[in-house]
Amino acid sequence: MYNRIYLLRFPKETSNDPVIYRLVKQYDVEFNILKADILPHREGLMILELKGTKEHVKSSLAYMTDLGVNVERLAASIRRDDDKCFQCGACTGVCPVGALSLHRPDMEVIFDPEKCTGCGQCVPICPVRAMEVSWGMEILEGEEAAF
Amino acid sequence: MGKEIVQKTYEEINARIKAGEAVVVTAEEMVEIVRAKGPEEAARTVDVVTTGTFSPMCSSGMFFNFGQMTPTIKASKVWVNKIPAYAGLAAVDSYIGATEPTEDDPLNKVYPGEFRYGGGHVIEDLVAGRSVLLEAKAYGTDCYKGRKMKKEITLDDLPYAMLCNPRNGYQNYNCAVNLSDKTVYTYMGMLKANGRNANYCSAGALSPLFNDPHYRTIGMGTRIFLGGGVGYVTWHGTQHNPNVPRTEGGVPRKPAGTMMVQGDLKQMSEKWLRGVSILGYGSSLAVGLGVPIPILNAEMAAFTGVSDDDLVTQVVDYGHDYTNGIVRSYGEVSYAQLMTGQIEVNGKKVQTAPLSSRVKARQIAEELKGWIKDGRFYINRPAEVMPDQLG
Repeated sequence: MYNRIYLLRFPKETSNDPVIYRLVKQYDVEFNILKADILPHREGLMILELKGTKEHVKSSLAYMTDLGVNVERLAASIRRDDDKCFQCGACTGVCPVGALSLHRPDMEVIFDPEKCTGCGQCVPICPVRAMEVSWGMEILEGEEAAF
Repeated sequence: MGKEIVQKTYEEINARIKAGEAVVVTAEEMVEIVRAKGPEEAARTVDVVTTGTFSPMCSSGMFFNFGQMTPTIKASKVWVNKIPAYAGLAAVDSYIGATEPTEDDPLNKVYPGEFRYGGGHVIEDLVAGRSVLLEAKAYGTDCYKGRKMKKEITLDDLPYAMLCNPRNGYQNYNCAVNLSDKTVYTYMGMLKANGRNANYCSAGALSPLFNDPHYRTIGMGTRIFLGGGVGYVTWHGTQHNPNVPRTEGGVPRKPAGTMMVQGDLKQMSEKWLRGVSILGYGSSLAVGLGVPIPILNAEMAAFTGVSDDDLVTQVVDYGHDYTNGIVRSYGEVSYAQLMTGQIEVNGKKVQTAPLSSRVKARQIAEELKGWIKDGRFYINRPAEVMPDQLG
């Protein structure tokens, strides 16, 4: 079983199409929508977990890319600034999926981007704002543009 | 056995440091040494045990003098990067506190407030060599005719900058839960409703005052690691309360002693002084602090041999009890339990998270160990040890 989390950016032309429905119908993949947003210019943003055979997941991604959907691995859009992080561990109490965890017994704080679902709960909890979510700024910029 | 009871003096320990012969270990390393050899033999072997802690410590701040201008000024209002500083001192003397927010901060009007910048961040900026905006206003006198001052300054431009923290290094701290039915944002972090998480804040076996629970060697004049440089304990801190229930080993079962500390900011580092933003609460300063404990005798060896299993604290409700001044414990847990990531409260399993960096605490203890081993840091005998009883 191949299991990956993707960040999808839908151009506004596709935001009315039942893309996910077709994805499931044609490519036999399991999906789990972790976040979905329609931004002010009607472009869409979705964090989607896909599960299936590697072949099915890959062809479903190719299908979406053909529609003009920008597909990116979520792990690539979330990072921890290791210079800022001082390894307190406060984030491990809010991370719901164990992407932020403590390595015992030395109590080092480990960030595993592969497990991250992009919920963003760690971002404001971190006392030195070491967690960076690149698509968060995009939403903000979108809002500004709407005014 | 025929061996004499170990009794060392500060002078003997310092002579060994000078000769490069001192045996220095961290408080974590000491646990195994005392376990294996017993306190008497451990005291014979080890000269100094180093401790460390790194976490937000709200009662922190900086005294500074910002130098005169022409015409001279007696500042009555002072701001640094729009953060108000206390100006009720002499003409160009001031104090900036770690939790002071920016004057136009929305605070908790947008709940929970983010508190992105505060007094703690000013101190970090200065120590990192970044420039800050100093502004002052005055009412004007015959001897100080100036009314306004505004200048970009760096730490180098300040004639005097003294980190002076009225309360640091709490000896033990509450384990916080929230038994109310809504999420609360506290200085102990975000606490989910109905006791679904627990936060704790101590370096445990590495924590300075856990290793000298009766303050036998810590007091006015104790030389310490402070913010990456050298500082001093100047007296017991605010809220110092030695009169609390203790374990058989003498360690407080709840928050007890505190230290007031100070040191010249100009020899400190931004690595060990970090401005922090605590969601819904405010800004603060994460302070790196390490205290060396001289192993004068078997008693000090036994004290410093304390492990996370021996150290306990109380589970306290921050949803209702804390803000209403209700002193109530929902159970006693050891730091070893807290560090596993799960404790039991009211019969329910609860996830735990630390707020104090054990990794950084260990680095501080190691760094201080290095300074002593290199003969760059000697142990001061305190002029007066901190009070072990308060009337």
